[in-house]
Amino acid sequence: MPPLAIMVEDFEVWIPSDTAAGQQVQERIIGLLEQRQFPDRDVFGMRLALEEALVNAIKHGNQMDPEKSVRINCHVDQDMIRVEIEDQGEGFVVEDVPDPTSEENLERPCGRGIMLMRAFMSLIEYNDLGNKVTLEKRRSPPEDESAPGSDD
Amino acid sequence: MAAGTRRIEVDEVNDVTVAKFTDKKILDESNIQLIGNQLFSLVDEDRRMKIVLDFSNVEYLSSAALGKLITMDKKVKGISGKLRFCSIRSDILEVFKITRLDKLFQIKENREKALEGF
Repeated sequence: MPPLAIMVEDFEVWIPSDTAAGQQVQERIIGLLEQRQFPDRDVFGMRLALEEALVNAIKHGNQMDPEKSVRINCHVDQDMIRVEIEDQGEGFVVEDVPDPTSEENLERPCGRGIMLMRAFMSLIEYNDLGNKVTLEKRRSPPEDESAPGSDD
Repeated sequence: MAAGTRRIEVDEVNDVTVAKFTDKKILDESNIQLIGNQLFSLVDEDRRMKIVLDFSNVEYLSSAALGKLITMDKKVKGISGKLRFCSIRSDILEVFKITRLDKLFQIKENREKALEGF
């Protein structure tokens, strides 16, 4: 087991409102989870949540404005990862986002990102303004890897 | 990225069109746009009525990709066609279940089962 100092990593970056830049940060963060051998399911969930949160910040928050940036702060250790993603947009009220699983919304092609983040993360929190989301994922215990999901 | 890059491989099995995604990750916005356009052209231009989408290569997909699949489903239903999905790995199946889209789409275990009774 490598010394603790190697397993803990914190970084903060600012990226332009460009989804390709978002992809690069996503790869960097996923690499940190893979180095620490987080279970595949955790890595899958984190990639999905990062994708949704970064696209929300870049497209909906900053409206792809080249003058605006997105701040990403990441802390990872052996047991958990926490990522803050903050855009420079006007924010939104999370409670106002309609439930995409209700009958009337099921066929609408948008509005599922936040739901997926909630499902796959241990914690997801927005600030009051709604321009910053915190994603937290704790390492799943090994036995969870063979848990539900394979049933029909 | 070349405009003509194929993001789906299209096969004909009897009168059924099987479209297989070539990407492992259907995440990136421009990629999703391209995939969406190629899927939609099967209906809008080619008027294909029976379509199976094969997910066997796909390891990740985002909510934006789900949006394209919903639009595709509407287009196929719009011409009274049929759409089925197959070979979806368990992580992604969970995404469909969480969003309840497993109720909207016809999902089959593999290509053979998707082609049965189509």
